[in-house]
Order: sequence, then structure tokens, then C-alpha cells
Amino acid sequence: MKAGLLRSPSPLPGFGLSFGIMMTMLSIVVLLPIAALLGRGLMIGPGALWDMVNSDRIWAALSLSFRAALIASFFNLVFGLMLAWVLVRYRFWGRRFIDAAVDLPFALPTAVAGIALTALYAPNGVFGQALAPLGLRVAYTEIGIWVALVFIGQPFVVRTVQPVIEELDPDLEEVSATLGARRLHTLRRVILPTLTPALLTGFALALARSVGEYGSVIFIAGNIPGATEIAPLLIVIRLEEYNCDAAAAIGITMLVISFAMLLAINAIQIWSRRRIGLV
Amino acid sequence: MSDIALSRPVPVTTEPTFARMALIGLAVVFVALFLFAPLVTVFAEALAEGWCGVIAALTLPDARAAIGMTLTIAAIAVPLNAVFGIAAAWAIAKFDFRGKAFLITLIDLPFSVSPVVAGLMLVLLFGANSTLGAWLIANDMRIVFAFPGILLATLFVTFPFVARELIPVMIEQGKAEEEAALTLGASGWRTFLTVTLPNIRWALLYGVLLCNARAMGEFGAVAVISGKIRGQTATMPTMVEMFYNEYLSVAAFSLAAVLAMLALLTLLLKSLLEWRHADLLAATRRH
Repeated sequence: MKAGLLRSPSPLPGFGLSFGIMMTMLSIVVLLPIAALLGRGLMIGPGALWDMVNSDRIWAALSLSFRAALIASFFNLVFGLMLAWVLVRYRFWGRRFIDAAVDLPFALPTAVAGIALTALYAPNGVFGQALAPLGLRVAYTEIGIWVALVFIGQPFVVRTVQPVIEELDPDLEEVSATLGARRLHTLRRVILPTLTPALLTGFALALARSVGEYGSVIFIAGNIPGATEIAPLLIVIRLEEYNCDAAAAIGITMLVISFAMLLAINAIQIWSRRRIGLV
Repeated sequence: MSDIALSRPVPVTTEPTFARMALIGLAVVFVALFLFAPLVTVFAEALAEGWCGVIAALTLPDARAAIGMTLTIAAIAVPLNAVFGIAAAWAIAKFDFRGKAFLITLIDLPFSVSPVVAGLMLVLLFGANSTLGAWLIANDMRIVFAFPGILLATLFVTFPFVARELIPVMIEQGKAEEEAALTLGASGWRTFLTVTLPNIRWALLYGVLLCNARAMGEFGAVAVISGKIRGQTATMPTMVEMFYNEYLSVAAFSLAAVLAMLALLTLLLKSLLEWRHADLLAATRRH
């Protein structure tokens, strides 16, 4: 590539057209709206922004959104790894069926999932009635939010880890066994480190999705301010009050925290890749 | 060979039988409780008053208007998304230029933005108290609480679907075939239509399928931007919410069941594509 040249020469036509379509749509659909949010933040100013966010109700909503997303994503990390392992390594009747079903949360609209989960876990629902004797209330409590977030975040870990398990080199496991490692030891010290980067990617995707999730949560959450009110719902409430600045303040805070979290996960990922010598 | 395999003890590279059984059992129970139970509930609740209830619910004027709205939005948003995806993949996969990685990050960005925040962004950009919004309203162009807003919100949340399916496929295929076609005298368009498009058609279909599912099912972003006006800007998912909040359970679940059928159809087609054309889909499929 010549210095100063933005694009190296190519005999193929259509760069101008395709690049033009891409940049036009990217600008109108994604960049302009993001600029509008950040621009609003700048107009309000950092001091006023902080004052708007700094209330008990908003901190409660933000910490609930991030806490519930972390809990649900950890749950999905463990069960996602298990599901991916079972789907790749074992052969059993109905495997393909379960493999296809894993993507259900991607295909099912979130509002549909939301009302279905609420009907199931409500005090008069099938699961709600079964759990009541155990003293466990799911619908209209924070546990309900976890259940909804487990549902919508479920495919991410499975789908990122699955291809990596498929491509694991069987020689490594054989070598480990020949050298006298027990199976559990091989799984923990040979296989798990190889899967860690993919696991983290899946975790990060599930987390990003869960933090901002709205449709599946609002039905089952009960939406009690300070207790089961998630941050995206608070944005909707502020917008319904025509208080755009307050809504923007919460939106910007969510973006900043999500961004910081994804950066941190990215850093752990680079560290774990280096550790197993992939980079 | 088979004699040797049979005489061998349990291979060292798998788990003991009881562990395998336990893991398979746990996986099946997990999928049944967390995935199938909600799906079955949708249909059970919709049929609570029999088929008549479902038909009565789906022929309500509000429900019919919502179905029409959702179909119209998907019919416009999905082709636009496909055009964007093809253009982006062509530019990124077939040419070398600076800032590609950054560009891909920008295309993927909508996946990490909350749908509600996406709707908020559009309200801030086109709402009555922004400069652009005030000008648009003065010129009698409504975007917020109207069709264009819903379309933009749908485009935002579905933005990466086709592009991220096509980019890895087109990078993997390289540009040798296109260069050969051009050398043999084909025009640029002919090269694209007869060489590139057949190579990417299954990946394109796969992306379009996922994009369509999301376009029809989007809730958060559309709920914020549409204002949920019955018969005018309500889509199927937002109408589900309104019916549900009015305790019209059968109506809400009937409309939800239609969406669930669409989801099942999507899963079926997606699985067929994966089984038949796994080699032609992106090797690095993430979701």
C-alpha cells in the first residue's frame, strides 16, 4: 500500500458505489442518531448531566440492570458451555432438534417472550404454582428479571463456543490422557483454557444484550421504582413525560458503563489469548 | 477395525458414561424449562377460549392494522438492509483501504446499544425540540410517532444482520473469480450478478432471514419511537403489549402466537440452510 493512498488499487469496479451506499446508510441510520444523543449530552454539560443522573431512583435502576445482566450472563456462561459441549460431543436422540431450539430467543420477539414468561411464573401460572410451596416468588421480583435475561441471553455463549469445540484438536486430549491426566484434569487444564476467549466473547455479547433488554423484562418485572424498575424502562418513563434531557442523561450513562464493561472484557480476552499462546 | 474398537475400553477422550448421561439430561431439562415452556405457554394461552377466540382476536381492527404495519415495515426494512449488507460486504471484502476494522465495529455497534436507547436517539434527532425536528415539523414531515420513525428504528436494530453474514463469506471467497470474469470481458454488473451473487446467495438468505425475524419482532426501539398509536403506528409486538395491559389475554396471546409461528418458521428455514449449505455460510457464525 502506497503511503498517503487511502485505498490500494484494484481491478474490480464498484468501490465508489458500494462504499457510497454503505457510508450513506451507516450515517443516516447509525451515526447521526448516536451523534444526536452525544450532542445532547454535550449541550446539557457534564455537571448538569451528573445532577440529572444522581438520584436514588436512577442509581437503583442502573445497578439493577447491570446486576441482573451480570447474574443472568454468568448463569448462561455455565449452561451455555454445557449445552455447547453436549451438542458437539455427544450423539443422542433429539440432538438436532435441541440444536435448532437454542436459537429460539433470537427468533422469538422479546415482547412475546415477556408475556409468556409472565404467564408461566405468575402466582396462578404453571411454574408459579409449582414454586409457591417452596416460598419462591419469581414474577414481579428481581428473580423474574433474571429468568427473562437468561432466556434472551441464552444463545450467545452456545453459539460462540460451539464452533471452537468443533475445531478442538483431539490430539491434545489424547496427549493429556497419555501423560496420565485424569479426564476432569484434562477438561480443566487443557480444554477450558482453549475455550476461554470464546466463552468471554459469548459472555460479553450476552451481557451487552441483557443490560439494554426491555421487551422481555417489563412484563415480568413488576416495575416497582427502586426495586424492580430497570434502567431502559426509566428512559421510556422520562420520554413519556417529555423530559428528553433526563432520558438522554440515563441513556448516555448506560452507554458509558456498557462501553467500559466491554473494554474490560476485551482486556481479559487479550490476556487469556496471550496466556494460551494464540497471539 | 471394528473389532479393535469394540475390544477397546472407554476412549480416554470422552467422559464416563454416567457423566455423559447426566450432562445430556441436564441440557434437555434446561432447554425444556427455559425454552419450550414459554413457547408452549404462548399457544396454550392463545387457545384458552378455543379457535374462535383466536380468530375473533386476529380480526379485531387494531390487530389487523398492527399486522399490516409490521408486514409493511419488514417489506421495506429488509430489502434496504440487504442492499446495505451487499454494498458493505463488497466494499470491505473486495477492496483494501484503511480503517476497515473501525468500520466493521461501527456496523456492529447497534448490537451493543439498548433498543430503548436506539429509540431515544431517534427521538432526540427528529423530535420536536431538536433543530432538525422543528424544521421537519414546520415543513409538515413527521418522523417521530410516524411511519418513517418506525422504519428508522427497525433499520437501526437490524443494521448488522446481513452485512456480518456476508463480510466473512466474501473475504473467504477472495476476488479471483471476479477478476477472471472481468478479464474475460464481463461488465461489472454482469460479474456481480453471475459470479458474486450465486456465491453468496445462501449466506445472503441466512442474513435476510435473521434480519426479517428481528424486523418483525422489534419491540423496545419501536415502542419508543412509534408512540404506539392504535390503528396508526402500532406494530404487532407493541399491540401485544397494549392488549396484554388491557387484560385482553386471549387477544395478546393470539397475536403473540402469530409471531411465535413466524419465529418457528424462521428457525426451521435457518436449520435447513445450516444443514444443506453449511459450507457456504460464514465459518465464523456468531449469531
